[in-house]
Amino acid sequence: MIWIDAILQGVLAGGLYALFACGLSLMFGVMRVVNLAHGDFAVLAAFLAYSLISATGVSLLWAAVVTVPVFAVFGYLVQRGLINRAMTGGPLPPLLATFGLSVLIQNSLLQGYTADSRALAPGRIGTASLRLSGQISLSYLELLILGLAVLVLGGLELYLSRGRTGRMLRAASDDPEAASLVGGDPRHLYGIATALAFGTLALAGLLFAARSSVSPSSGPSELLFGFEAVVIGGLGSLWGTLLGGIALGVAQNVAGQANPAYTLLAGHLLFLLVLIVRPEGLLPRRSIA
Amino acid sequence: MSALLEVEDLSVRHGQLLALSGLTLSVDAGQVVAVIGANGAGKSTLLETIAGLLPAEHGRVLLNSENVINLPAHRRLRRGIALVPEGRRLFPSLTVRENLLTGQYRRRPGPWDLAAVSELFPWLPERAGQRAAALSGGEQQAVALARALLGNPRVLLLDELSLGLAPTVIAAVYRTLPGIVTQGTAVLLVEQDVSLALRHADHVHCLLEGSIELSGPPSQLTAEQIEAAYFGVSREAT
Amino acid sequence: MSLIRSTSGRTGEQAADADTPTVDRGGRPARYTAVGGVLLFAVLAYMPYLLVTGVTQTMVVFFYLAAMALMWNLLAGYAGLVSVGQQAYVGLGAYAVLQFSNWGVQPYIGVWLAGLACAVIALPTSFAVFRLRADYFAVGTWAIAEVYHLLTIQDSGLGGGSGSPLTTLSGIDPVMRDALTYWTALAVAGCCALGCFLLLRGRLGLALTAIRDDETAAGSSGVNVGQAKRTVYLVAAAGCGAAGGLVIVSQLNVAPDSAYSVQWSAYMIFMVLLGGIGTLEGPIIGAALFTIVQQYFSSDGAWYLIVLGAACVPAAIWLPRGLWGLVERLTPVRIFPLGRRIRPPQHSHTAD
Repeated sequence: MIWIDAILQGVLAGGLYALFACGLSLMFGVMRVVNLAHGDFAVLAAFLAYSLISATGVSLLWAAVVTVPVFAVFGYLVQRGLINRAMTGGPLPPLLATFGLSVLIQNSLLQGYTADSRALAPGRIGTASLRLSGQISLSYLELLILGLAVLVLGGLELYLSRGRTGRMLRAASDDPEAASLVGGDPRHLYGIATALAFGTLALAGLLFAARSSVSPSSGPSELLFGFEAVVIGGLGSLWGTLLGGIALGVAQNVAGQANPAYTLLAGHLLFLLVLIVRPEGLLPRRSIA
Repeated sequence: MSALLEVEDLSVRHGQLLALSGLTLSVDAGQVVAVIGANGAGKSTLLETIAGLLPAEHGRVLLNSENVINLPAHRRLRRGIALVPEGRRLFPSLTVRENLLTGQYRRRPGPWDLAAVSELFPWLPERAGQRAAALSGGEQQAVALARALLGNPRVLLLDELSLGLAPTVIAAVYRTLPGIVTQGTAVLLVEQDVSLALRHADHVHCLLEGSIELSGPPSQLTAEQIEAAYFGVSREAT
Repeated sequence: MSLIRSTSGRTGEQAADADTPTVDRGGRPARYTAVGGVLLFAVLAYMPYLLVTGVTQTMVVFFYLAAMALMWNLLAGYAGLVSVGQQAYVGLGAYAVLQFSNWGVQPYIGVWLAGLACAVIALPTSFAVFRLRADYFAVGTWAIAEVYHLLTIQDSGLGGGSGSPLTTLSGIDPVMRDALTYWTALAVAGCCALGCFLLLRGRLGLALTAIRDDETAAGSSGVNVGQAKRTVYLVAAAGCGAAGGLVIVSQLNVAPDSAYSVQWSAYMIFMVLLGGIGTLEGPIIGAALFTIVQQYFSSDGAWYLIVLGAACVPAAIWLPRGLWGLVERLTPVRIFPLGRRIRPPQHSHTAD
């Protein structure tokens, strides 16, 4: 019974990993850019929301309503102002530029907020849970997170496969020059991809802080988990990212049930196993959708 | 009355090499102008510069008397300059239908829509769901052409339409040209195959090492003149 | 001017001397460097007799950071392998020294053995690592580092999750100990620099340049791409391992979270990027700069890291070759002659 509980908890945890990872998947799928500051931006969003809530007393919901769009716009600006320029120099400069941003954000947060971790109060939903049986109870917050993950990923998938701009995003990921020949501005399209990525990572950051807590140095480990989820699930598929996140969560939880010390190790080993045995991932596609 | 597309004194540099020097030509609405020349003469460079993929060192590109030389490629498309590039360059992971739809991303008002291109290439609807990468060369060329047409361009630039295609397919693709120009579109095409160019164009320019060596309507050009201009034989003699 | 050996009218060696171009490996600059290097080494070795302990300790930090920077540069700048996981070997190296010391091996010898041990561990690791696509390589190496990190914590004999002191050195007189640490660190850094230089001057350097330009073309020209990359990976592991050994020897203490911290990779990236990637002078300059900044500014909190992080952003865009790249662009100064110049033959057969 406890094993089933472990699996279910893993599935729920996986939802958050997936939500967090879909931004990475998007940026990597469209632009081949690995944003090393991805996790740190999510942490930044959580801390800014924390300040917002502390200052104004609004609920988490309203903080999210404000933070997510702001971060989306911020992402667009970062892409157009910075990463687009770095991309002209090949694959290394964007890696280094986002690396610089990562260090900058982590240490700025450290200076501004101290090293203590913060949590965002989720309200009544945070403590309530759904009791399935004697040993299995699922937290409503985590169910909500999983639900949001499915919604966001599904929505993005739809946008990419049906939407006019979504189609251009996929076109730009195939061949940016040809995209410009049909009237698409690659710089603008990349900006949109990053805006979407930042919006989702802000949401993920807030939910992460609501579910547990964040500290200024939480970014890198979250980046690693997010990337592992993308790779396990398969590059180019957002549903794959969801599956990858869930696989990661389940692996961690089940191993953790056997021995808490094995939790993180199991996740990394699964990642390496997939890389060695099936590098294209569980649900591979050739492009981003 | 000025031409729809005018290229004035265009010079383009590739590193140290001057790929085009002081090139001037024009294309009227409804006219087909062909550019021929040996490999490396600068033909593709010319089209890519007009489309906005390459920067010009000097000169102007006028669309309806408006100088577009400083606009990036996607802006020129919106103004009405469409390029069907060498090698087709369809989006490989998109389906045929999706490729065509990208052609409508920034379309201008005009007669070309999905129904119209399906008349031009009747087999399109049944291939609509296939990934572009799975098509044959000729089919890809047709889709690339249709994609460009769906934007209702005023000027259509065609780069080596016949490259890698079987003769029957080439003939079929070229048969679509009259239908295109009756809409008033100006067509500037680059061709390796000189006889094709002579057969379908109203006016021909022969490029040699970045400048126009010979110009005229096909009926007025002799084989000797073309051969001399193509291979630069006349230069050695001086 | 003919580049082909001509045998018309002349015989044997005469023809060879006169008609083939010669390859110049550096001539005078190389001699300056060699002499200068030996002098510098001698001067540095004398330092413990001259300087205060605080300064020599700072120099130890510089030496192991320089070693790490040289290794990361070897991977990323020459072999094109951008790793965010070298901390795996820093940690392994530190813990190897601890383990060897538990077995009775003197830590100053342990440092060298740790380098060797890391090269050995790197061999099977490389097979996993090279399965990673280029895009995934960076984060994949990080995951592997985390695996080693977590596995180390499992070993209670090495102290588990909390720190472990290096007790075998506590019997030595502190001044002597600092000097020995200094000399070992100097030796390690010197070996790393010399090692990189010799490797890159040789066939491996040519192979790597070819791979850097076009891997497929290099492979079809006969370059054993896999072997070249693997060699570089093992050497980098050894260098970082020895550096890790120096860390524990100088700090007399090790904890898994800091030994395996991704911060080490961060430092390596800083030093190489800002100093100049793809050159040998760059990482050394970067390490010097970083050591100075760290020593003088770390008391002000994390500000120096904020500035360094912010500096990376414009550097990535406008200064991709780093500070040394700027020097290379503006001056003819080269300290490590790694290039080859072709001198035309003395006699030519065709008039131009």
